[in-house]
Amino acid sequence: MKYLDEFRDPAAVARLAAHIRSLVTRPWTLMEVCGGQTHGIVRSGIDRLLPPQVSLLHGPGCPVCVTPSGVIDAAVVLAARPEVTVCSFGDMLRVPGSGGDLIAARAAGGDVRMVYGPLDALEVARRCPDREVVFLAVGFETTIPGTAAAVARAAAEDVRNFSVLCAHVRVPPALEALLALPDNRVQAFLAAGHVCTIMGLAEYAPIALRHRVPIVATGFEPVDLLQGIAMALAQLERGQACVENQYSRLVRADGNPDARSLIQAVFQVADRPWRGFGTIAGAGFELRPAFAAFDAERRHGRIAAAVEPAASPCASAQVLRGAMRPDRCAMFATRCTPERPLGPTMVSPEGACNAYFRYRGAAGA
Amino acid sequence: MSDADAGCPLPPGEYDCVVRAHGGGGRLAQALLDRIFRPAFDNPWLATRHDGAVLEPGAAPLAFTTDTYVVRPIEFAGGDIGSLAVIGTCNDLAMCGARPRWLSAGFVLEEGLPLATLERVVASMRAAADRCGVAVVTADTKVVERGSGDGIYINTAGIGQIDPGLDIRPASVRPGDALLLSGDPGRHGIAVMAAREGLELQTDLASDLAPLEPAVRALVEAGIELHCLRDLTRGGLAAALGEIAAAAGVRIEIDESAVPVHDAVRAACELLGLEPLQVASEGRFAAFVAGPDAGRALQVLRGQPVATGAVIAGRVTSTGNGQVTVLTGYGVRRPLDVGSGEQLPRIC
Repeated sequence: MKYLDEFRDPAAVARLAAHIRSLVTRPWTLMEVCGGQTHGIVRSGIDRLLPPQVSLLHGPGCPVCVTPSGVIDAAVVLAARPEVTVCSFGDMLRVPGSGGDLIAARAAGGDVRMVYGPLDALEVARRCPDREVVFLAVGFETTIPGTAAAVARAAAEDVRNFSVLCAHVRVPPALEALLALPDNRVQAFLAAGHVCTIMGLAEYAPIALRHRVPIVATGFEPVDLLQGIAMALAQLERGQACVENQYSRLVRADGNPDARSLIQAVFQVADRPWRGFGTIAGAGFELRPAFAAFDAERRHGRIAAAVEPAASPCASAQVLRGAMRPDRCAMFATRCTPERPLGPTMVSPEGACNAYFRYRGAAGA
Repeated sequence: MSDADAGCPLPPGEYDCVVRAHGGGGRLAQALLDRIFRPAFDNPWLATRHDGAVLEPGAAPLAFTTDTYVVRPIEFAGGDIGSLAVIGTCNDLAMCGARPRWLSAGFVLEEGLPLATLERVVASMRAAADRCGVAVVTADTKVVERGSGDGIYINTAGIGQIDPGLDIRPASVRPGDALLLSGDPGRHGIAVMAAREGLELQTDLASDLAPLEPAVRALVEAGIELHCLRDLTRGGLAAALGEIAAAAGVRIEIDESAVPVHDAVRAACELLGLEPLQVASEGRFAAFVAGPDAGRALQVLRGQPVATGAVIAGRVTSTGNGQVTVLTGYGVRRPLDVGSGEQLPRIC
């Protein structure tokens, strides 16, 4: 833990906060992309150490949150089939689809299992050869190598009862989508450190250049976050817009080449619907044709949702675009709590609403 | 009888694990009582073989509490379900300012539980009872079919006697009180989780399970003005403070950097996404004392083996309606996250 302590050091935090105060001459709006960063910021309260000219918007970087309800509906439909076992990360079980969540599907008799990763789901498939095991594959570039490894291994070992319901997403096109919104206020991004650990920085340079936004790959601890904020603000104050790397203890410019080639071997870039954004061109991955046998949708047929989507009072779409602060939602801490969530941003430990509920309290900020 | 049979708790021809008939009230049930429970808990109340224990408490006010223990696994580093069932309930009595005196014990045994395990658990209960100065004066056993339990569940109820003049309860907490912690929280919860299958946590951390009554007694005898005590069991420090703040109608502020957290607890919490302040202890408590007594109370606690790591961790700032604020190391205040209490494995 000594390793993390340096990045939580109160003296370093105080120095960085003072540095930022001395740096800022004008109002600036930054977005931290990743939900892990949002939690780090809200939990430590470092947003309150920033000068009033600096606003932080919370970004869409919560994989559970951006997964559209259609994917959950498909998983619920699959779980209801007697021959199917659906495996998923724990958070995903509690995200409401349009007709209920996977917990309810399990209570209704479906075989739904919580796993810690895709390889665990593959293990379920190996152990239960008479079951059709479907892994609900959500997540950003950080988690995709795990799914790729599971699919590659299933192919190599000829495990025929394993498939993935793929909802994997890519960050860079979503940043472009955010910048293209008519009400965009983002002037700089703190890019998600762990995504960059896999993918490196190259994808971000064209975005920084084209949209004139500084992008700083940033870690998750208070010192990381304040350093990333300071680097982005320094660029803004100087009129620069380039890609920088605050999280250099983990992020290399070319990312993790092994992980990237694994992704490359199994997946190809595809258009993907994001909750709050609609379909974003190139913002997701799908299995390459060579691995089509492991695609749950091809294997089990196109899965229509069992119920018509109901109008939801949940404002997670606005929250995910940074257009609404969680505590400004009328449902926040009234009809919507972590125990009875209306939407994914209240469920996930990476969701912004969950962070505000836990660390700002029911009264919000 | 061969050497291999020498350690068998029941004679050959009987069983080496719990069977349904052990709960049936017949000969096997009697054998279980005579061979395991009576020798272990041996005391004058059980010796009467009466339907219940007759107690003579005298004039002192009594504290009465009950708790049910379903921890899995039933044996873990630093304790087992037996020692936990005794010490946990005695600690609840200690938190009322009471000296624990008498316990009842109710056992729900799962068919198939090895009698050797039951013997270990019961021996551990007796050892814990001796440490706490209590006697198990009445007990009951039921057996459920295989698959309906997790080996063994234990309910204990306890009665303790309170010295005259003590008024230790949430309503006694008032603005100006100091909040002391008897030590670093969370070791019990992490030790139990580390013992569970599927969680590959490698740690030599042991549960903090320990009787708290001696430390409470020391505070009382030192004349500390004690307002409220709470052991940091399920829900940890966060839940304890939330409950007391609400019950007392006050605001509490804790100083996050003053709360010591063991490195292994911190590391496990990072890994599992848990908050150390929400993780259970079974040998730690929070004490609300009159502000001016805080320094002296700290010295008294640090002189107690169970509380050598005691700290002053916060204060009652004002009247209120249950708010608990964390002052972070960065000088920022935020509400304490009490957690929803879900998704936690059974740890007590």
